[in-house]
Amino acid sequence: MTIAEPSTAALVTAHPMLPEIWRIANVRRDTSDTFTLQFNTAEHAGGFEFAPGQFNMLYAFGCGEVPISISGDPTKPNTLIHTIREVGPVTKALGALKRGDTIGVRGPYGTHWPVVESAGSDIVLVAGGIGLAPLRPALYQVLANRRDYGQVVLLYGTRTPADILFLKEVEEWRARFDLQVLVTVDRGDQDWLGTVGVVTRLIPLAQFDAGNAVAMVCGPEVMMRFTVNELVDRGMSKDQIYISMERNMKCGIGLCGHCQFGSSFICKDGPVFRYDAIGPLLPIREL
Amino acid sequence: MESLERFLREHPFCRDLDENHLQLMVGCASNLRVDAGQFFFREGDPANELYLIRSGRVSVEFFAPGRGPISILTLGDGDPLGWSWLMPPYRWKFDARALNVTRALVLDGKCLRGKCEQDYKLGYDLMRKSVAIVEQRLEAARMQLLNLYGTHAEVR
Repeated sequence: MTIAEPSTAALVTAHPMLPEIWRIANVRRDTSDTFTLQFNTAEHAGGFEFAPGQFNMLYAFGCGEVPISISGDPTKPNTLIHTIREVGPVTKALGALKRGDTIGVRGPYGTHWPVVESAGSDIVLVAGGIGLAPLRPALYQVLANRRDYGQVVLLYGTRTPADILFLKEVEEWRARFDLQVLVTVDRGDQDWLGTVGVVTRLIPLAQFDAGNAVAMVCGPEVMMRFTVNELVDRGMSKDQIYISMERNMKCGIGLCGHCQFGSSFICKDGPVFRYDAIGPLLPIREL
Repeated sequence: MESLERFLREHPFCRDLDENHLQLMVGCASNLRVDAGQFFFREGDPANELYLIRSGRVSVEFFAPGRGPISILTLGDGDPLGWSWLMPPYRWKFDARALNVTRALVLDGKCLRGKCEQDYKLGYDLMRKSVAIVEQRLEAARMQLLNLYGTHAEVR
């Protein structure tokens, strides 16, 4: 009699805190403080399926675990990609890794952007800084099914021209006839001929029908609040707007309570929330 | 004159202005074209103009020795440029440089101030519109000051 080895998926289901070992296939430095890790799915049967907006818990061995959104293409489950900004010891440890090194991965976790559900609508993606990384999978999915949507707009704000994430891709997106891409920076230099100013100033310039649009917003919380106000001024209602929330997550599965926000756990009930559900809680400083 | 009046009437800054006030403003207005790289004004110059951009792009910037021009804001079609004409000492605090060929209406600040003194309702309307622009730009400047996208920003 032979006893079958339990599958990895079964193990993860049985032990949700058990990370799976993934090997880094490629490391790319995006900006001075941001890098992208690409993982080899060859060692993982079935690849890695996820929905845009979901995140993984990434474990830098001997250092710690952090929640990081998936920045790759959900229509290509043969790749797993994370884009990470170095802000603390774990992300710095991840940034020091090289091709062939391994990390622990748990996930995918959390809610997703309503890309499929928004078919037939105009799509407005508003990203601030590293917030473009969690929105990129949504854009990939929209572009893979471009005929299902009306106007598609990407509005992106970042610090300086040198901080523009995925620069080559942003330029390719801008060259498309079926996508409006507007980029602004907080500070320009001599060589920058583009827009300077906050990302909210791009909203009046965006081409979409406010009555038939879905907005997905990701960036620092202050930026998201101001962006939502501007979208509402433009004529959108709060139930047409989704934001991605960030809090201190530990378990990633709604057990530990670190990311509790009102009656929700950001890791399990979020990170993507419809604004009318989460917005009233944002001004509460104790949360 | 007719086209000046039309341009003024169609400019977003002048939306909702009384007809007789528009007529008063036309008397202070002229057309301007600024080529790419040329300056509307430079820091320290006397500020006696309100520019209403019709088309093009303008960078509002500082010049820092060793760093060159640092752009803090770009303006484009339909934006007003400059409010230093409103208040003493009537001096520009920044440079304004055209990024590409830019067409604008220029309203003579001294002329406008004179008309505002004669007609307080015009003065109030212009001040109200100017304060709304100042409020928007102050809010934007405060957000830029926060350096929201800096390395203290959340991990994503």
